[in-house]
Amino acid sequence: MAFNTTLSINLAPGHRLQWEEAQNAYVILYPEGMVELNQTSAEILKLCTGELCFDEIVARLEQLFNVQNITDDVHEFIQVAFDNGWIKQT
Amino acid sequence: MAGLNKPDITPPRWLLAELTYACPLQCPYCSNPINYPDYNNELSTDDWKRVLSEARKMGAVQLGLSGGEPLVRQDLVEIVSHGRELGYYSNLITSGLTLNEKRILELKNAGLDHIQISFQASSAEVNDFLAGTQAFQQKKDMARLVKKHGYPMVLCVVIHRQNIHQMREILELAIELDADYLELANTQYYGWAHRNRDQLLPTKEQFTEAENIAQQYKQKLEGKMKIYYVVPDYYEDRPKACMNGWGTTFLTIAPDGTALPCHAAAQLPDMQLPNVREFSINEIWNQSAAFNWFRGDEWMKQPCRSCPEKTRDYGGCRCQAYMLTGDMYAADPVCSKSPDHATITSITETTQENDLNNEDQPLIFRNPKNAAHRHNPDNSK
Ligand code: SF4
Ligand code: SF4
Repeated sequence: MAFNTTLSINLAPGHRLQWEEAQNAYVILYPEGMVELNQTSAEILKLCTGELCFDEIVARLEQLFNVQNITDDVHEFIQVAFDNGWIKQT
Repeated sequence: MAGLNKPDITPPRWLLAELTYACPLQCPYCSNPINYPDYNNELSTDDWKRVLSEARKMGAVQLGLSGGEPLVRQDLVEIVSHGRELGYYSNLITSGLTLNEKRILELKNAGLDHIQISFQASSAEVNDFLAGTQAFQQKKDMARLVKKHGYPMVLCVVIHRQNIHQMREILELAIELDADYLELANTQYYGWAHRNRDQLLPTKEQFTEAENIAQQYKQKLEGKMKIYYVVPDYYEDRPKACMNGWGTTFLTIAPDGTALPCHAAAQLPDMQLPNVREFSINEIWNQSAAFNWFRGDEWMKQPCRSCPEKTRDYGGCRCQAYMLTGDMYAADPVCSKSPDHATITSITETTQENDLNNEDQPLIFRNPKNAAHRHNPDNSK
């Protein structure tokens, strides 16, 4: 399913994003499972707090990390995160 | 013992706390040991808190609170809140009995992340027959309350011959209850399930049909409900990677503090299992003979030793190898390369469809009367 770029994005219920010292990485935790995230993915998910929509997330990332032309990459990851059920729109 | 080439020891990620083996249900496939009443010298609240703290420090992040019925423990809320403070993601694995709205809220406030409710079947009749008690309506009510209070709802159904014909209805029940996750776990034949195997193992045809239905729903419900289908390993030709490799990921603690690399490890011969009353989690994980026993591949025999697939399945389940071949170092006989594979095929070929409550060979329910005891281990069939 494609997501809606104008609706805000939130972590799905029961999901938690957390820094794990032992793994030296951010992980996303959910019922009976977890995935270790690379730094880029973690920075994107940190912005999925139910306030920002897709375009705003891209803009915020560009501003935070002083980068450009990241729309496609962010889109790709957000789509993966949706397909895995880590994030939701309401 | 796992030999000279000591493999790198990875930290535990999962702590499975079997808080108690007490349970109001009597499921004939229960994964608790058949001598479960011997474990009644339960750890104290402080013991559990220490275990949680030590395991967390080593890197464990997923916490499974199970049993038995973990809700029987009066200190559950205290244990949950300690787990939350430490940063665990906590999973409560319950039958739903003795749960109520007040407790759901207390657990929520203590920081519990999710509740998994098990169903025995999709109808009250079969469910309550297998549970050995009236439970179906209570489970449905609790599932709705879990959802109402904002938890992700996870249903789990153990699949076997007494309920496999209900696969479609089980999936419909999950839809009716608006489940977010559904775990369809084909029975693993250890412990009580092993004792009842002749009445529980479905036929190949039943498996195939049930699996087709599950896959159909999986596609239909994509994006709405996640369905985990645990394959029945007797009908596979490769074993599962048991516990993701011995002593690599999972640490199970039994109610009396026995530390287990896999929950059936207590049945393996010569294995002195360490207890958290005597050792720290660090000592147990890194130094105990039991946790090092099957680490790496030094212990393997042929055909596993020279098999290119050994890094994928680690030779399969040690307990299954021991149970079915008498040799805990052998390849899991589920593997078609195993010289003992015929023991599996002879079991699957003779299994037959039969009715619930076959009078010639009734199911042995999990209860104190049917349990084996340390002084009487022969009460096993
Ligand atoms: S399988 Fe059944 S009897 Fe065993 S602990 Fe779970 S609910 Fe209780
Ligand atoms: S021979 Fe051993 S290692 Fe190879 S696939 Fe079979 S069980 Fe796995």
